[in-house]
Amino acid sequence: MASSAHTAHADEHDHKPPFIQRWLFSTNHKDIGTLYILFAIMAGIVGGALSGLIRWELAYPGIQLFKPGSWLAQLGIIEASPHGYNAVITAHGLIMIFFMVMPAMIGGFGNWFVPLMIGAPDMAFPRMNNISFWLLVASWVMLCISLVVDGGPGKGFGGGWTLYAPLSNGTYHAGPALDCAILSIHLAGASSILGAINFITTIFNMRAPGMTLHRMPLFVWSVLVTAFLLLLSLPVLAGAITMLLTDRNFGTHFFDPAGGGDPMMFQHLFWFFGHPEVYILILPGFGIISHIVSTFSRKPVFGYLAMAYAMVAIGFVGFVVWAHHMFTVGMNVNLQAYFVAATMIIAVPTGIKIFSWIATMWGGSIEFKTPMLFAVGFIFLFTVGGVTGVVLSNAGIDYALHATYYVVAHFHYVLSLGAVFAIFAGFYYWFEKMWGVKYNEVLGAIHFWLMFIGVNVIFFPQHFLGLQGMPRRYVDYPDAFAYWNLISSYGYLIMLAGMVVFFVLLAEAAIRRRKAEANPWGVGATTLEWTLSSPPPFHQFNELPKISPMDHH
Amino acid sequence: MASDAVKHDYHLVKPSPWPLVGSISATVLAIGLIVGLKGLFGLPKGNWMVLVLGFLGVFYTMFGWWSDVIKEAKVGDHTPVVSIGLRYGMILFIASEVMFFVAWFWIFFEMALFHGARTHSAIDEVRAAWAVWPPKGVETLDPWHFPLINTVILLTSGTSVTWAHHALQHGDRKSAQWGLLITVLLGALFTSVQAYEYREILSEKLFFSPESANAGLYGSSFFLATGFHGFHVLIGTIFLLSCLIRLWTGGFTPKKHFGFEAAAWYWHFVDVVWLFLFAFIYVAFRGTPAG
Repeated sequence: MASSAHTAHADEHDHKPPFIQRWLFSTNHKDIGTLYILFAIMAGIVGGALSGLIRWELAYPGIQLFKPGSWLAQLGIIEASPHGYNAVITAHGLIMIFFMVMPAMIGGFGNWFVPLMIGAPDMAFPRMNNISFWLLVASWVMLCISLVVDGGPGKGFGGGWTLYAPLSNGTYHAGPALDCAILSIHLAGASSILGAINFITTIFNMRAPGMTLHRMPLFVWSVLVTAFLLLLSLPVLAGAITMLLTDRNFGTHFFDPAGGGDPMMFQHLFWFFGHPEVYILILPGFGIISHIVSTFSRKPVFGYLAMAYAMVAIGFVGFVVWAHHMFTVGMNVNLQAYFVAATMIIAVPTGIKIFSWIATMWGGSIEFKTPMLFAVGFIFLFTVGGVTGVVLSNAGIDYALHATYYVVAHFHYVLSLGAVFAIFAGFYYWFEKMWGVKYNEVLGAIHFWLMFIGVNVIFFPQHFLGLQGMPRRYVDYPDAFAYWNLISSYGYLIMLAGMVVFFVLLAEAAIRRRKAEANPWGVGATTLEWTLSSPPPFHQFNELPKISPMDHH
Repeated sequence: MASDAVKHDYHLVKPSPWPLVGSISATVLAIGLIVGLKGLFGLPKGNWMVLVLGFLGVFYTMFGWWSDVIKEAKVGDHTPVVSIGLRYGMILFIASEVMFFVAWFWIFFEMALFHGARTHSAIDEVRAAWAVWPPKGVETLDPWHFPLINTVILLTSGTSVTWAHHALQHGDRKSAQWGLLITVLLGALFTSVQAYEYREILSEKLFFSPESANAGLYGSSFFLATGFHGFHVLIGTIFLLSCLIRLWTGGFTPKKHFGFEAAAWYWHFVDVVWLFLFAFIYVAFRGTPAG
């Protein structure tokens, strides 16, 4: 053991470094996790405000906001034109995926709780952990620049978060906005790849004595699978957007049909990343929900091993289903049949998870604290989204529903409702552990119910709109779609009220400062983070905990 | 829990400015690239000063960061368990690099295997250009000339780096330095040959003649696939060179030299990528050589 270095560390381990060193130069997984969570909240406000613009615009037929003379035009940040609307939906998608869900789940909860749950003092590469965070900020800066500089048809890039060629080539989006967005994704990708390397190394190399892989908490399993998906899928996206960048700036012909290039290849490369990406967004949520359901049912997770390997299976199969996003591009029918079948297979491990959560609750002594409300809400909403996913997986049906609001409803049920509910569930579950104060249960419950009603009112009618044939990504629609669109926009207001309650709850907790307990949830909470104080010491586990076979997750 | 003595062998790194400095530099780099290409914030197109500034910042960060790592290794922070972690880290990094090349091979294979699909194009010239392989106007290279020489160069460098590694393990620092020096020189030679070949392709207009106007994809995928490989050779050469300098200045011991091993792994990875490039882009999909 290195004596000189370690004595120095031992001295500083209880008193924290001064402000600049602690927050700008951090090498502490909990502080970096906190930075990620604050970043995700900030990005969530921006992304949520953008979705507010979308729902405001779509509340009535005709153009409300994205026209000259509206308050949006006077505000001047976002271009008030149909192109501006497209730029807004593009930014909404990118922000919610790369700057809200991923930083909250992986950067935030992953950083905070993976080391705590496996009994490790920190991440494997604490300094690299910090550059993962700061590269995300760099990426955010590039995306914000992208939104306000010239895109070609107007300010910002309006081709959707998928950046499909040919709309994203130099002819249709000539300006620097998309180049900024491409480099933003490069930076976010680098951030995530470094993060993935860090998590995998931490989980493989730093488990406490006795913490075998098969005794590892399910959240850690979920982050492990997620990290592998990131590690293997993001570089392919990096390749794809590099091709786009060179097509736009250096005269290559990757996606230019006149040079033998193929715009469909962009879709293949994009979705080879994009499909694992959607599992990246949801898998950590699966892990969080398992802990919460078990804690508040006072029972161990039903089918622990099946739960772990279901996530591994979802990760594997997630790599071979990408072209189900592309059924309508004119693909070979046999290939479509394969992608239909492979996609439906994913329902099996997902079903294992849903049924095991229900079986965990079965016969348990269930307590509906806020995290449990969000967890049960998650199970319901994710199931709805999963079922519409099975509908969409049929190529024949997808011909009718592709790029309609049915798809929008589907992926918002699994992500905006599924992943986001899992984030809120985790946020409340670990609230005392992270912040050292208690939140108000009544406000938490109000937040849940307003959110739950609000998001269902927003997105359930979008199934009807999709089935009626309303296409995505248009600023305007015929009068026939007016009824459900208005209801959907009212839903946004309900959800907004829920978010106001959420921020009131944060303020209340910050003002009242009720002292946190080490374990507020009682005997149901069995993972290692509950053995520590709330918040935990600056460096925990100076003496590594020993895990015996009885402390089974 | 707050018992004072640290009773584990993990490395709790001290707060460090490098991540922040590196990220600011990366932002400047990204903005600089766009300024140079398109112009931004009133800075005119073709102004590459911001890009250069960003690069300087990134290089400064790399130098500072990895100097810190070497210092930490010297004071003994890299205990056995930390060394295993570093190994995991390097292997995973190489795995992600492999997936990066998957993207380039994927687009090459799509073009080479399914060139016939382009005969369904709506553009007459494209239909005509891609009815044959290699596409009309493209002259593929003779693989048994410069590409073969480069293959031999890289395979030889793979053996010389292994020689250096074994010498270092046996404490024979002189041989280790020779082996590594030869590897670095071979790496530089590869890059030179590659540059010469590129020059030939461009000056002879092998891929980009007026005739091949509708076959631009061939040159695009060829140059980006081999170009990114070449870029990795350059990185690997610099990585090995930094190890050589450390060997000259007394770094590394027979037991502990992970920096060297990481460079060697990276070099082997670059080597394997080349074998795939050689086998498929140069040999298998050479097509009928044009007269």
